[in-house]
Amino acid sequence: MEATLFYILAAVLLTGTLLAITARQAVRSIVYLVASFLALALMFYLLGAPLIAAFEVIIYAGAIMVLFLFVIMMLELESPEKLPKPHLKNWLPALLLAGAVVGSLVVLLCSRLQAVPPGFVQIPVRQFAFTLFKQYGVAVEVVSMQLLFALVGALYLGRRK
Amino acid sequence: MSVPLSHVLIVASLMFAMGLGCVVAWRANVIMMLIGIEIMLNAVMLTFVGGSAHWQIADGQLFSLMLMALTSAEVSLALAMVVYLHRRKNTVNTDRFDSMKG
Repeated sequence: MEATLFYILAAVLLTGTLLAITARQAVRSIVYLVASFLALALMFYLLGAPLIAAFEVIIYAGAIMVLFLFVIMMLELESPEKLPKPHLKNWLPALLLAGAVVGSLVVLLCSRLQAVPPGFVQIPVRQFAFTLFKQYGVAVEVVSMQLLFALVGALYLGRRK
Repeated sequence: MSVPLSHVLIVASLMFAMGLGCVVAWRANVIMMLIGIEIMLNAVMLTFVGGSAHWQIADGQLFSLMLMALTSAEVSLALAMVVYLHRRKNTVNTDRFDSMKG
């Protein structure tokens, strides 16, 4: 049951991402991406990470994508037909790179037999929080400083003369 | 849940390949390049969470949390820069941003 759900979510995720990177307008691409990130959040939940799933919905689908949407609408881009669209010439190196990744994946999967999976186990929030604040307390401080610097930098870049 | 780790890794690497393709194919548009970077970072987060579930330690989830903080900082700065550049040259085409002096 959960495995079936996982594969359905994987299909939604990959389809949404594919539609997002081939969309003609940036706004549509953002909306497709929000759908695919919601599927990704559910996948995180299935993999036993409820906190990360919640943060994915709140921060990614909720904040970052809305920030993108906000900037795209604020910029009043010229009509989307006039924006440079990638031609086949531009897609060729992209397809080459993606093909290299997929090809190496196929080689890797064919080369060795897979061990029987032990199955995923839910990691309790208590263990997560314990590791976060006990083992990586310095990293939390560094991340908070980084967010502060990003805030100051964004304010500096966005000020009006 | 009984999905092998390799299937999670397959999904993550396909997503990463799509993000890479997005960055390379849309290299004339700053916003689409940023979207491609987002896709790649999410694929990496999926890898981290899958590994964390496979080995049953919380460190992978934690690094995806750090990655989220990093991404929000990166996106806020990058979008502020996009707004700044758009105010200067009135476009988001990267080919127009070819001089350091505006």
